[in-house]
Amino acid sequence: MLNKKAYLNPKLFSKNIEMEPTRNGYGRGLVEAGKRDKNVVVLCCDLKDSTRSKMFEDKFPDRFVEIGVAEQNMAGIAAGMSFAGKIPFISSYAVFSPGRNWDQIRVSICYSNANVKIAGAHSGISVGPDGATHQALEDIAITRVLPNMTVIAPCDSIETAKATVAAAKIKGPVYIRFAREKTPIITTPKTPFKIGKAVVYREGGDVSIIACGPLVYEALAAAEHLYKKYKIDCEVINSHTIKPLDEKTILRSAKKTGAVVTVEEHQMAGGLGGAIAEFLSREYPVYIERVGVEDTFGESGTPDELLKEYKLNRDAVVEKVKSIIKLK
Amino acid sequence: MFKQNYTEKQLKKIANSVRQDIVKMLVKAGSGHSAGPLGMADVFTALYFAVMRHDPKKPNWKDRDRLVLSCGHIAPVLYAVLSRCGYFPRKELWTLRKLGTRLQGHPHNLALPGVENSSGPLGQGLSQAAGMALAALMDGASWRVYCVMSDGEQQEGQIWEAAMFAAKNRLYNLTALMDRNNIQIDGFTEDVMPLEPLRDKYEAFGWHVLEVDGHNIEAIIDACHEAEAIYEKPTLIICHTIPGKGVHFMERDFNWHGKPPKKEEAKHALRHLRSMEGRIVCGDSE
Repeated sequence: MLNKKAYLNPKLFSKNIEMEPTRNGYGRGLVEAGKRDKNVVVLCCDLKDSTRSKMFEDKFPDRFVEIGVAEQNMAGIAAGMSFAGKIPFISSYAVFSPGRNWDQIRVSICYSNANVKIAGAHSGISVGPDGATHQALEDIAITRVLPNMTVIAPCDSIETAKATVAAAKIKGPVYIRFAREKTPIITTPKTPFKIGKAVVYREGGDVSIIACGPLVYEALAAAEHLYKKYKIDCEVINSHTIKPLDEKTILRSAKKTGAVVTVEEHQMAGGLGGAIAEFLSREYPVYIERVGVEDTFGESGTPDELLKEYKLNRDAVVEKVKSIIKLK
Repeated sequence: MFKQNYTEKQLKKIANSVRQDIVKMLVKAGSGHSAGPLGMADVFTALYFAVMRHDPKKPNWKDRDRLVLSCGHIAPVLYAVLSRCGYFPRKELWTLRKLGTRLQGHPHNLALPGVENSSGPLGQGLSQAAGMALAALMDGASWRVYCVMSDGEQQEGQIWEAAMFAAKNRLYNLTALMDRNNIQIDGFTEDVMPLEPLRDKYEAFGWHVLEVDGHNIEAIIDACHEAEAIYEKPTLIICHTIPGKGVHFMERDFNWHGKPPKKEEAKHALRHLRSMEGRIVCGDSE
């Protein structure tokens, strides 16, 4: 059953649940972070509308820096500004930043533990019609291998705003990914959020479903369906922070259920599923199934079509849970 | 602040000592780059002993001028000069590139006081320097940023992204100094991938450009002062240098870009440098 202490949206499973793109939360979070700390600056690579960094520009035009189409330069500029006391957020599409400027993020930012926040918009396959070039499916993998880096994939617009404000408060590089399309608002302002602290959204004893990003909703919907139809009682955990992984919460759940299904809009290799497999294989080996993209590029399509085609929606989660429960 | 009223003769002597330290560091390390550090000894001496406002006793002094080294492989000259200023004990120079050292093969700002950034992969420093300069202007601060870059790294696209950015934002508090020594690992720059006309390129990008004999300390200082007087534009000082300057068998030879001298070679080089005292002659580099 749902964890009451998570204060999830009461309309969670109703047809008229509110929908909003997570990137809107980024825009609101930037404005809030900017109000709280005058050192917050926002850098943008010619995508201020679609990354929503324009919301910050409207409020704080003097602290908004337009870089043009130059993601490598943006990472370096941000590092330099952070050395002088600023807290730069750099925004672009995830395929460009951290996709295209990875070496600059590695050397100019992470090696120096620079206080730069990297915001990757349009992550996941649900970017839709733009096709494979614009669908970031590798960004978690390439950021979480970098020392000093924190990696966050918030589940809805409210959590994205919280993550943005929280990122400004911690010292060091943070990567936040968010998505293009409207997705269900799962949480409420009261839902707990702390970087590095996973939250149990649904308690159950049969299988642990550990998800991040907007697919947390698909995980919750799958758990609901599994319980109603098959009496399979799943635990659903929002592991919004992929690095540092909340090992305590994940270990406790794995010990309880003995079977883990991970869910993310990312390549199966290197993402949340990879991080959890690395951790549990060392600490407490259990059966693991991963919902993710299977070592392939995406393509054009509507978000729903793509989630179905690439087996990332609730049906895919249901299938993985059913197959893992047979192994138990 | 750091005492900086040195005569030209004293500065030349300092540069010579810096060259000797570089040769010793490299031979002890057994790896590293020779030509670039030796060629830039005069520029670094001018910057740290005559141009920049800084305080080795307070490396994090908020209003210090910053030096961003973009071409991290010439770290030995940065280390030798920092140590001579008093940022850390000179004997630590001999730990270059050894396990546990603060003197990493390529500079790391979290490792050693006085080092402002981390570099190694080329082409990143100008962006970092421009970011610092913009932050200073945003805060109304008066400190300046000096960015030392190599000529070879002008082949990196990021340099030109940063050049555009600096001009757009009129970063007049940014002075870049390019080590124009004409060599890179695979040969002469104009053979590997021609860079000229560098002056025209930077002017077209909106920079004020000066050219100096990179072994004439007075000229380097004058150019830095001129850059300070230019408002509205960032300044590039193209420093024409001789790679390996001061060690005659290394001079102008690209084979010395990325290797250290052997023990006998180092002895020979040091003997030669000691006999030169403060004399560096560079009439033919322009």
